[in-house]
Amino acid sequence: MYFPDWFIVHYSYMITIFLMVSSLYIIVMRSNMIKKLVGLNLFQTTIYLLYLSPSKITGGTVPIIMYDKPGAIYSNPLPQVLILTAIVVGVATLSVGLALVVRINEEFGTIEEDELFDGNV
Amino acid sequence: MKFDIIARVSVKMFLPFILLFGLYIQFHGDYGPGGGFQAGVIIASAIIIYALVFGLFPVHQIVPLRYLRLMMSAGVLIYLSTGILTMILGGNYLEYSVLAHDQIHGQEWGIFFVETGVLITVTGTMTGIFYAFVGRGR
Amino acid sequence: MQSIIGMVLMTLLAVVMIGIIRLRNLFAVVIFGGIYSLLMVGLLLVLDAVDVAMTEAAVGGGLSTVLMLSVLYSTKEEEIRLVRMRAFPLFFMVVTGVLIFATWDLLPLAIADLPSHTHVSAYYLDNSLKDTGVPNVVTSVLASYRGYDTLGEVTVIFAAGIAVLVLLQGSRIAKKKVSRSDSISGSDSVSGLE
Repeated sequence: MYFPDWFIVHYSYMITIFLMVSSLYIIVMRSNMIKKLVGLNLFQTTIYLLYLSPSKITGGTVPIIMYDKPGAIYSNPLPQVLILTAIVVGVATLSVGLALVVRINEEFGTIEEDELFDGNV
Repeated sequence: MKFDIIARVSVKMFLPFILLFGLYIQFHGDYGPGGGFQAGVIIASAIIIYALVFGLFPVHQIVPLRYLRLMMSAGVLIYLSTGILTMILGGNYLEYSVLAHDQIHGQEWGIFFVETGVLITVTGTMTGIFYAFVGRGR
Repeated sequence: MQSIIGMVLMTLLAVVMIGIIRLRNLFAVVIFGGIYSLLMVGLLLVLDAVDVAMTEAAVGGGLSTVLMLSVLYSTKEEEIRLVRMRAFPLFFMVVTGVLIFATWDLLPLAIADLPSHTHVSAYYLDNSLKDTGVPNVVTSVLASYRGYDTLGEVTVIFAAGIAVLVLLQGSRIAKKKVSRSDSISGSDSVSGLE
């Protein structure tokens, strides 16, 4: 593997890892629940990258079979199916989390986790 | 945004095209990118943009929440009953090949039913979630 | 060319992520989340995942942004500034370093004859047209080869919708009931005192 390919591969992985750890940082370090949910959502998008960047093949194209070109190279369709499932389930879980945030805000008047734990609400 | 003339007129103009695009995504999903999930979200977003501009009351009159609850469960039921239908016709669960006289046609019918179920559930759920959040805001 | 576009989009993703970490206004955070999703759509297109890109554009850029904005409308918009342990950022830096070191052993990208591309995926690509007559392999795998997965997914969406409706609309009735029973018991105790 000559240098540009090596660099592209590792640049992609490094950015993916950076995004993953940064969204984990948001989840752990921020006490605002909406921001925590944003962090969870971003963490999920980094998983899409981790699955889909190996599924791209050099010279390959979108996995929709072309009748007139037998023997064409296609990218791997299986991770795309899995991630398609993950996105829609992700928005469903996100909406459940947001509904919990709305209920917590109605009961306690705050969406900050630290204020909830201190008990001065 | 209720009295913003540009938003009102442009939403009224674009709404049928957004719905048509959703249906195109649904039925062209076999041959291009798309399918039940994308079409469901697009149709739900057409309803949502109408609600954002014209308010919740007219949308509740067009698509009441009880219809949405019916849609949410009807989609899952369509999916499940497709599988049961294939079992009645002598195949395995969700084995579409027995739905028609040959395999290809059976698969096309099966995928059509399944995607319709997905479309109905996703549209109902996404619009219902939006109603639940916005109907509460103050 | 495609890889250069991908690298530019990835750099922009990292920049937007730093912005999301540093911003305190939740409205701006949600809008930055929408920008992040749209950049991700471009990246997914570069990675040949058109179905995923379309779903992400409709769900990530559109629907979840609208949902978060509608929640922000009923809650606060500013985030409080708090001090946590200084050791945490160092911990995250160490984790980043270890994970990046671990990527040296991950799959090399863009090579066609890896085991992950030659077994079941190759079967789907070869036989999809013959088995199902559907040219879009993603649709045929989603709806036909792996129909059970999609059934479970639809059930999860249905359950999430029911959960949101119960949390946000059932509670109002429950609260009314509770308050009514409270007032009844309160009047009883008052009458008992009398």
